[in-house]
This record gives sequence, structure tokens and C-alpha cells, in this order.
Amino acid sequence: MNTPFTDVELSRIRADFPVLDQKAHGKPLVYLDSAASTQKPRVVIDAISRLYAEDYANVHRGVYQLAERATRAFEAGREAVRRLLHAPDAREVILLRGTTEAINLVAQSWGRQNVGPGDEILITAMEHHSNIVPWQMLCAERGAKLVVAPIDDDGALVLDELERLVGPRTKLVAAVHVSNALGTVNPVREIAEIARAAGARVLIDGAQAVARTPVDVREIGCDFYALSGHKLYGPSGIGALWGRADLLEAMPPWQGGGEMIETVSFEKSTWARIPQKFEAGTPHIAGGAGLATAIDYLESIGVERIGAHEDALLAYATEALRAIPGLRLVGTAPVKAGVVGFVLDGIHAHDVGTILDREGVAVRAGHHCAQPVMQRFGVAATVRASFGLYNSREDVDALVRGLRTVVEVFS
Amino acid sequence: MSTELRELYQTVILDHYKKPRNYGRPAGADRQAEGVNPLCGDHVHVYARLEDDRVAEVGFEGSGCAISTAAASLMTQAVKGHTTGEVDALFERYHELVTGRGDVDPESLGKLAVLAGVREFPARVKCATLAWHALHAALEGAAEPVSTE
Repeated sequence: MNTPFTDVELSRIRADFPVLDQKAHGKPLVYLDSAASTQKPRVVIDAISRLYAEDYANVHRGVYQLAERATRAFEAGREAVRRLLHAPDAREVILLRGTTEAINLVAQSWGRQNVGPGDEILITAMEHHSNIVPWQMLCAERGAKLVVAPIDDDGALVLDELERLVGPRTKLVAAVHVSNALGTVNPVREIAEIARAAGARVLIDGAQAVARTPVDVREIGCDFYALSGHKLYGPSGIGALWGRADLLEAMPPWQGGGEMIETVSFEKSTWARIPQKFEAGTPHIAGGAGLATAIDYLESIGVERIGAHEDALLAYATEALRAIPGLRLVGTAPVKAGVVGFVLDGIHAHDVGTILDREGVAVRAGHHCAQPVMQRFGVAATVRASFGLYNSREDVDALVRGLRTVVEVFS
Repeated sequence: MSTELRELYQTVILDHYKKPRNYGRPAGADRQAEGVNPLCGDHVHVYARLEDDRVAEVGFEGSGCAISTAAASLMTQAVKGHTTGEVDALFERYHELVTGRGDVDPESLGKLAVLAGVREFPARVKCATLAWHALHAALEGAAEPVSTE
């Protein structure tokens, strides 16, 4: 049942996160920056410690028992991502540093092979820099063109415009599932359908989505889906690219080194099969173990219920913030995740962030790695409060109290 | 509200934020530089006219937070009429003031002393020094925007 958490459930969840039990400037810490990175439950911290304390060795090559255990712990991360994305085959899951690396892999491997002069890459106006810059680099190298589908004044994608912009030269449509700056949830199925109809490939940046929205890559109909461990209550430095097996098989390796080869001689090397073909070097082994545990943790609570909890907090926060004079919300799309961006009349986001910090409230102030989004809304920066599964209405109340202090300082 | 916050956002600073002095490009400005903070997207343009190595006119434009705007405004007042060497020396002592390093006497910095509260907020030192870096670049005749990073 997709209902928000009860008070009892929420206090049990909060107790899973040791970091929350501390003070900031003498006030209880109110962490409202989960869109930047989520905190880690005890089980994830323990899984990482246990890997190093009991099961550590290099992976995929040891013949001894310890190496087998390390490999199993790391590979559990791959299998967990497969489950989370409802992907058919764990070989389609490449374990990487995170979403940024996943997108760069596609740009540099698939992109260099498939994008040529005059071709087009279509993105949306709400992308994170990590889903803009790799394509700009590819376009500059290949003589291709970056095309941007617009968003409306609420921060929602204008789907008709996207459809109009997809053409015979469009090789790839790369879109974010959930916007980190605006909270907008994109209609990824429709986007993929439009792209496929035009013969284009589809990449979805799922960094912000997977911890609150059930994802089924086949149901979406995308070709690539990228995610980060640190945004789903797992470690930083580990993430994944899911790609359709036939595409991955046809793509050239991205980085050369150990792990990714089948045979090496000075004359010629041959490549390992997927996923190892794209995993040169010793990976973040403990990261894989932590990722597996984080996904287990998410599943034990239920991604749908986390989404419902965030939706309820979003509605509560939106109403409370709208009551503050001089506050303008930035990002008011009809379908949103637990992200509230806003500006205060005549008060810079950084000053808001500093004052809130002294009240114990941690929010993000800045451009959120989405400068084009800031330009679209005519602001230099916004304040962003974002929710995770551990946030409560009391956290929102603390934010509102803090904002009243901000207004008082500047009055 | 904490005393650190009160000290940071004191009346003089808020006054310079809301009514920045020497805002705009002064007539005859022959030096300029841009300062950007890539972390927050803040930017400031600093303009100056030198006469015999002395800052005859100085002004700034840009958008930023209360600290960076007030710091730019106060800076323009503090450097006017001084030689480039004096400006550099002042920047050095000002830097010590806002970072809390060194043992600079705030009194010796005149009105700039109101920015001493920044030392309690390490994340905001870049705000307080952005315009100064740009001024330094302008006086040096740098062609590229200066960055806090």
C-alpha cells in the first residue's frame, strides 16, 4: 500500500541513520539536501566495514576463498541494480563511479561510434551538467549538434516541442528522469516512444529517480539508464549504467586496462565480454557491497512507499513555503519529486543557506549543477530543500522557522 | 538568532547590500576584470581608472549575495585614491581579517572591519574576496576572468 510512513515507522527509519543524531550549531540537525546526496543507513555502513574487515581481496581473479567472497559481495551490487531496474540480465549492468561516468561512457563509446557530422543529440532544458557537457564534448569532436527541448514556466518538459525537435538526424535523446534542481518528474515512457519512433536511441539519467520511483527499463523502453549509489542511500563512488545487451556488445571499450581484456599481446588485445569490457581496473569493491545493501534496504521499505512519503512532505512543504511573503517557488511542475526550489525577494540564496545552517537546517544554495535551468528562470541561484525517506514534517517546520529568521535578518 | 549571525549580517553590511556604493562603470574607466565563483555562479565586474598608479575611479557591477555585494561596495570606498601597491597591501591584510589568519588589527582596516564576522563562516570567505580578486586582476591588466577556484 503506497501510503506515507506512520510516525512509528518514520522514527524507526530515522534511527537507521546514525548521522541524523547530531547537532549543528547547537540545534538538532535537519538534513534537507538529499537531492545532493542521501545519508547512509547503519546497514550500509556495516556492510562496507564488514567487506574490509572480513571479505576483502581483489575481485574476479583470485582462486582462493577470500577472493571468491569479495567477488560475491561486489557482484551482489550488480545483481541488486538489475533487480532495481527490472533489467533482464545482470550482464547489462556496468558498475562505474556513478551517473556522470555512466553518461560519459555512452558518449565516448557509443557516441564516437554512432554520431557523425550533422547528426543531432537531443537533451532537455532541465538537465544536470552531467547530461549536458559529455554531449557537448561529443558534438564538438564529431561535428554534431546539441539540440535542447524547452521547459515551461513551471519547469515541466514541453513534450510537443520535444516531439517536433526529434528528426531524422537525431541519434540520441538524453533526458533526466527526475530533475535535481526543479523536482520535475519527466514522462520518460513518452520520451522514449517519441525517440524510438524516429529511430533514435534513448538514455535516461535516473540519478534522482531510483530511490523514490519504481523503474522498469523495459517498460520505459530506453536503451541506457544511469544511476548513482550515493543518491539511493548507498556509498559514493559507485553507480551503474544499464544498457541493452546488443548495444553494449557492439560498442567499443572505453578505457583500456586490466579486467576488460580477454587476451593481451603486444600485437593485439581482445576484449572481454560485457560487462567486464567496460570495467577496466580494480573497481570500488566495497562500493559494490554497499550498493547491494542499500538496494536491499530500499526494497525492504519499498520504493513506492518512499515515493509516497516524499510526495506527502512535498505537498506539506509547498503549502507552508507559499505562505511566506516574498518567496517564489522555482519548479512547480504538476508531477514532482521531493524537491522544493525557491528564491526570496531581495535575499540571495547563499545568505539564506548560511542563516539556515546556523539554525541547524542543511539546504543547498546555488545553481545545483544546472546553470541553464537558473538562466531559464532568470535567477543566479535558488535555495533547494530536498527530502529523503528519513525527513519529517518537523523538518519542514524547522525550515519554515529558519526562513522567518532569514526574513527578520534582512528586514 | 546567534551572535555570529548578527555580526555577519550587521547593519552596515545590509546597508551596502541594499544600496551598493560606486555601482556601475565609472566614466573613463581604463581597467576592468571579471570575477566569477563557479561554485555559486556569482559574478562581479570591477572597473577602475588609474592616474599615476593611483586608483582615481573605481566601480563594480554584478549579482551576488549580501556578503559579496557589501564587500565589493566597501572595497570601492576603501581603495579610491590609493596606489596599486597600497591596494595590494590592503588586500593582504583584508584577506587575513576575513580568514581569521594572521593577527591583523581590525581597527587598522577602517570600515572594512565590519567584514571581520566572515571568519566564523569559512564557506563565505570567497564571497568576501571575489571583488578584491577581480580588482587585483583589473589593476594587473589581466585579460581572463578571475575565478575563486
